[in-house]
Amino acid sequence: MSNTVITVSDVVTRFGKNVVHDGICLSVRQGEIYGLLGGSGSGKSTLLKELIMLLRPQSGEIRVLGQNLLTISRSHAAMLRSQWGVLFQAGALYSSLTVEENIGIKLREYTDLPLKLVQDIVRMKINMVGLPEHAAVLYPAELSGGMVKRAALARALAMDPELLFLDEPTSGLDPVGAEAFDNLILKLREILGLTVVMVTHDLDSIWTTVDRFAVLGEKKVVAEGTLNEVRENPHPIVRQFFGGARGRIRSRNGK
Amino acid sequence: MQTLRSQKARIQRLKSTDGVIMLKSFGDWTTDALRDAAEILEQFSRTSRNVSIQWDLSHVERVDSAGIMLFILCYDLLKSNNCSIEVIGAKSEHEKMYRLLRKYAPGDSGVGPAFSSRFLKPLSDIGKGSVAFMLNMTAFFAFIGENFVNLLYSLLHPRSIRFGAIVKNIEEAGVRAIPIVALTSFLIGVVIAYQGAVQLEKFGANIFIVDMIGLSITRELSPLITAIVVAGRTGSSYTAQLGVMKITEEIDAMRTMGFDPHRFLVLPRIMALMIALPLMIFFADIIGIAAGMFISHVHLHLSYTEFLHRLQNVLGVKHVWIGICKGPVFAWLIAAVGCFHGFQVSKSTESIGRYTTISVVNAIFLVIACDALFSVIFTELGI
Repeated sequence: MSNTVITVSDVVTRFGKNVVHDGICLSVRQGEIYGLLGGSGSGKSTLLKELIMLLRPQSGEIRVLGQNLLTISRSHAAMLRSQWGVLFQAGALYSSLTVEENIGIKLREYTDLPLKLVQDIVRMKINMVGLPEHAAVLYPAELSGGMVKRAALARALAMDPELLFLDEPTSGLDPVGAEAFDNLILKLREILGLTVVMVTHDLDSIWTTVDRFAVLGEKKVVAEGTLNEVRENPHPIVRQFFGGARGRIRSRNGK
Repeated sequence: MQTLRSQKARIQRLKSTDGVIMLKSFGDWTTDALRDAAEILEQFSRTSRNVSIQWDLSHVERVDSAGIMLFILCYDLLKSNNCSIEVIGAKSEHEKMYRLLRKYAPGDSGVGPAFSSRFLKPLSDIGKGSVAFMLNMTAFFAFIGENFVNLLYSLLHPRSIRFGAIVKNIEEAGVRAIPIVALTSFLIGVVIAYQGAVQLEKFGANIFIVDMIGLSITRELSPLITAIVVAGRTGSSYTAQLGVMKITEEIDAMRTMGFDPHRFLVLPRIMALMIALPLMIFFADIIGIAAGMFISHVHLHLSYTEFLHRLQNVLGVKHVWIGICKGPVFAWLIAAVGCFHGFQVSKSTESIGRYTTISVVNAIFLVIACDALFSVIFTELGI
């Protein structure tokens, strides 16, 4: 469990004159669910984009599965991309493909498995994320918000990735749906042995799902660790996060 | 650990003395390594019937859900073919994964259309297409009706007309389109003058180039070309604008606030275009004739004074008016079709592109069809 899968050290990100990150350091261990927290504009989504090679930081080092993302070669990058799955905030399902085609697209493009097997793998993933079977032939526009998230999760899991990146997986879901989604992620980690990195500001997810997390603020990581460790942290941003009315109610209820 | 390439999944078939078939699996049973084994196994499971099989999994290295799925697929197929299978040597972590994934394996329920035939497909497509066309027409007439009611309301309550929006739309659809309209009508004038000049020169009837240019530009070409340019430029942008507003639920928001989208969005656009297009046609008339005059001068050595003198005599003002009067009709068609398709955009972003294309194609077709109708009517009436 103690293998580190992702290490981020001294990352600096600037957009023009606007400094987003000024020396971010954190590490994610194998098999854990790691949360990235922070208020709006704290750069957590930017950090996630840097982890999945959509953005390049100005300086610093990011190692994912042992590869340095700033110096990675094309072929290694391609290999790395096949080892992770990404769930975007709004699902980002391809609107011209059905759910089934969306989930199977990586299998069809990158492997040459027989079609029947691909179809069965896709249907297994559909069952796994709890989508009804008839959803397979629907187009993304015909799905509800919760179903879009589930379909996108199934797509992220299609190739059995080792690493799963989730961008605000429970945003836009009702509390029941959000809880079900959290449980789903816990269950999938058990089945598939995933390491999960998620951007979230859902307090419930932090309590029930996340093992360790980092709180971003003031362009740095202001706290990192398990829930109990972070709650001891006296930093004002952390205090604000857990000391607000919602945080207090949540901590009273416990896990 | 991650740079390690997967070993190919392999399968070995042995026949033991007592008629039991031994299957031995080797290597990594993962998505990227599964291909050969999958083909062999599928073939084997389809063709084997009533045999006993011993499946040895003890040499399998890594396994992912694709590997498990292949195992389940073949296992079930063999079972349904009356084979008896004994699985031996499965590692405990593989067995645990199998147990967890087993319940998600898809059953045999063939999901698919209950009835399909290659021969009947064209018929069913025609049927679906016709129904869709009928529904579309109904929706369009409903849209026009709603629009008309709102127009009447606006005329009875002139204060509710959104003059600001109309002016803004005139600027957007009319003023900003002047360069492209000028360029196209100039080129059309040049083309007509050149084509005409070559023919007329043969007969020494150079001066008649004026009649030809004056009549064809004002009556037909400038209204038609301007309308087509506007359909491509403004009709599409109307569809896209309203489509985006539909997707971002702005239109729903307007309805809840009591702002009727027809009054706030559609009528100003239609009115603006109905005002702007005739003016643009008049502008295109001038540019087109000027271009013709320029070419006549260069090619036929017809002086500008001669050209203008002749033009005054042959070009009755009614021809100009006929051209300009087509403007509001074309404008109404373009704007109504554009707005209608904008409202048809559904949840997906992809449909914006689709409906924008449909809107432009429909608008151009309707403009040309309507122009043909005008030609027939004017000829029959002797105008």
